[in-house]
Amino acid sequence: MNAPGFIREERDDTIFVRVEGDWILENGLGRIDKALRQLSMDSLNQNLIIDLDGLGLIDTTGAMMLQRTMRHCGKRESLTDLLHGFQGGNGRQRKLIERAASVLEDCPVDAPRPSQFIILLDRVGRSAENMIADGLAITSFLGQTLVTLVRVLSQPKKLRMTSLVHHMEESGLNATLIVGLMSFMIGAVVAFMGAKILSQFNASIFTVELIGISVLREFGVLLTAILIAGRSGSAYTAQLGSMNLNEEIDAMRVIGIDPMEALVVPRVLAMVLVLPALAFIAAMLGLLGGALVSWTVMDISPALFLTRTQDAIVIENFFVGLVKAPFFAFVIAVIGCYQGMSVEGSSENLGKRTTMSVVQSLFLVIVIDAMFAILFLELDI
Amino acid sequence: MTDASNIIISVKGLKTAFGDFVVHENLDLDVREGEIIAVVGGSGTGKSVLMRTILGLNPAREGAIRVFDTDILKADERDLHEVDLQVGVLFQSGALFSSMTVLENVLAPVREHLSLPWELQRDLGAMKIAMVGLPRDAANKFPSELSGGMRKRAGLARALAMDPKLVFLDEPTAGLDPIGAAKFDELIVSLKDSLGLTVFIITHDLDTLYAASDRVAVLADRKVIAVGPLDEVRETPHPWIQEYFSGPRGRAALKSNGTVSGRMPEKSDGS
Ligand SMILES: Nc1ncnc2c1ncn2[C@@H]1O[C@H](COP(=O)(O)OP(=O)(O)OP(=O)(O)O)[C@@H](O)[C@H]1O
Ligand SMILES: [Mg+2]
Repeated sequence: MNAPGFIREERDDTIFVRVEGDWILENGLGRIDKALRQLSMDSLNQNLIIDLDGLGLIDTTGAMMLQRTMRHCGKRESLTDLLHGFQGGNGRQRKLIERAASVLEDCPVDAPRPSQFIILLDRVGRSAENMIADGLAITSFLGQTLVTLVRVLSQPKKLRMTSLVHHMEESGLNATLIVGLMSFMIGAVVAFMGAKILSQFNASIFTVELIGISVLREFGVLLTAILIAGRSGSAYTAQLGSMNLNEEIDAMRVIGIDPMEALVVPRVLAMVLVLPALAFIAAMLGLLGGALVSWTVMDISPALFLTRTQDAIVIENFFVGLVKAPFFAFVIAVIGCYQGMSVEGSSENLGKRTTMSVVQSLFLVIVIDAMFAILFLELDI
Repeated sequence: MTDASNIIISVKGLKTAFGDFVVHENLDLDVREGEIIAVVGGSGTGKSVLMRTILGLNPAREGAIRVFDTDILKADERDLHEVDLQVGVLFQSGALFSSMTVLENVLAPVREHLSLPWELQRDLGAMKIAMVGLPRDAANKFPSELSGGMRKRAGLARALAMDPKLVFLDEPTAGLDPIGAAKFDELIVSLKDSLGLTVFIITHDLDTLYAASDRVAVLADRKVIAVGPLDEVRETPHPWIQEYFSGPRGRAALKSNGTVSGRMPEKSDGS
């Protein structure tokens, strides 16, 4: 293929342009775009004649560029003849150029860009507004969930058992291994820390208290919640979000199925039921990890570890930990479902919502944990 | 010109299956350069699967597929890429990139393969968008903000962005209003005439068959049971074909389009 090009000659008030080569997009039309625009500018107040005899192949882009040059983005007084100003060329070429006339764009004027500072202000304002709107929407969704939950629980026939059990398996049973493994290792890590630091004060035996209190009261439940938020909360968002993009949720509504009842309630309920169980497993395996390290590193025998745990660690620590689990679960599930139901438009938005779901639920889990800490401090537990 | 050099897609003895479920068996089909071939067949007979297999998106169990003299089933990445450059595809569901505007969607193949000045990209995109009959303000909309028919058009604009030699269209007129569908048929024919485009079009639309197709291939019983000019195919005694063309819609389309005369491939010497 020959590179596209043109030769320009001026006679009196007429510009003659002889087109050469193959005007095919891949063949380097991009390189002559600028020169053509210049030609179009120069010829604005003159006659322009484009001679097609030297033209080889041409595609729609080539035709568009020639026609655009001729019409100068519609600034030339409206030409009724679609081939006005073109000479020569074979039937196929002329037809393509003729067709290009009707699909030509007016010269687009790029809108003036506002200054960077205005853009900054605009974005700050928008995000603040979004944050407030999001907060209100979550609150409203929370209320809606609670209302539906109460309604479903008061009419147990409305509870979708299959779905409930499925989600309990998905976010509970299938997560046991990873939750257990994680808290076992956390217990071990805490024990190592105790062994290293407390032995400097000749107080290695207090490692048992350290492990007991930290694992039972905080780490077990908190880390389980964090893991489940990342694992199942995000899955809820992705599931509901892609259903939303697919208009499945709208389809449910028109069939007369309440998506809150069919999708949200089983997930929230499943989470609230399984997270305490997972937190319990986490606490036990955390103790086991701690006991194992205490035994191997500090020669605290399992029997001693057990009696000391029973004596020194008040049972309240255990309940203080577990009582937080359903609250964490509720927040994780509600945020996950809310973000999923709010997905709109694109799969990119789905990704963004999934990230937001994890970030928000982690944040709220920590906030709730802190509030519980203050509460228990006041209550002196 | 020998007959073989005219053939742009050749499918021989194709077998495709999902698990135990056989979709095609012993399927043969040739598509000639510069023709519009319409593939018809009942729902679920494997038209879309055939298209995906020809494009190398679906594995074949047996058989051979050649597109532009490239063996699709054996080609390496680079050869497939060469083929992709000359092929445009409109998927049944549009398959627009949801995070991009219509203009960006249309320009996606151009940007991937060429580096053009922005002004030319803009003009090019605007032209393709206008060509498929989308309003100008659609350019900056996202796919989720378009109607179903508009999404089809945007998908077509993207398929045509690089002026491909071969275009695959999966039910392009489904979901278009009748006026739009007729314009669409016209557009396809005019592109074929002016650019020498080869078009592989899957359709249920009888009007498209009459208005745009040079040849028709009928898919049934896991293979192509008839292929040829519409008049010939219509005479085939197969029960599905008879029902298809002499059902109420078939008769209505025949009445409004008359007999198919004159709609023969330009090159009629290829015997
Ligand atoms: N990914 C897949 N897995 C299993 N089976 C599939 C898959 N894709 C398609 N099929 C089956 O292959 C058959 C052919 O499907 P295909 O989508 O090609 O139908 P079609 O002819 O395009 O129908 P329509 O006119 O409705 O679009 C169908 O029976 C379908 O169930
Ligand atoms: Mg299909």
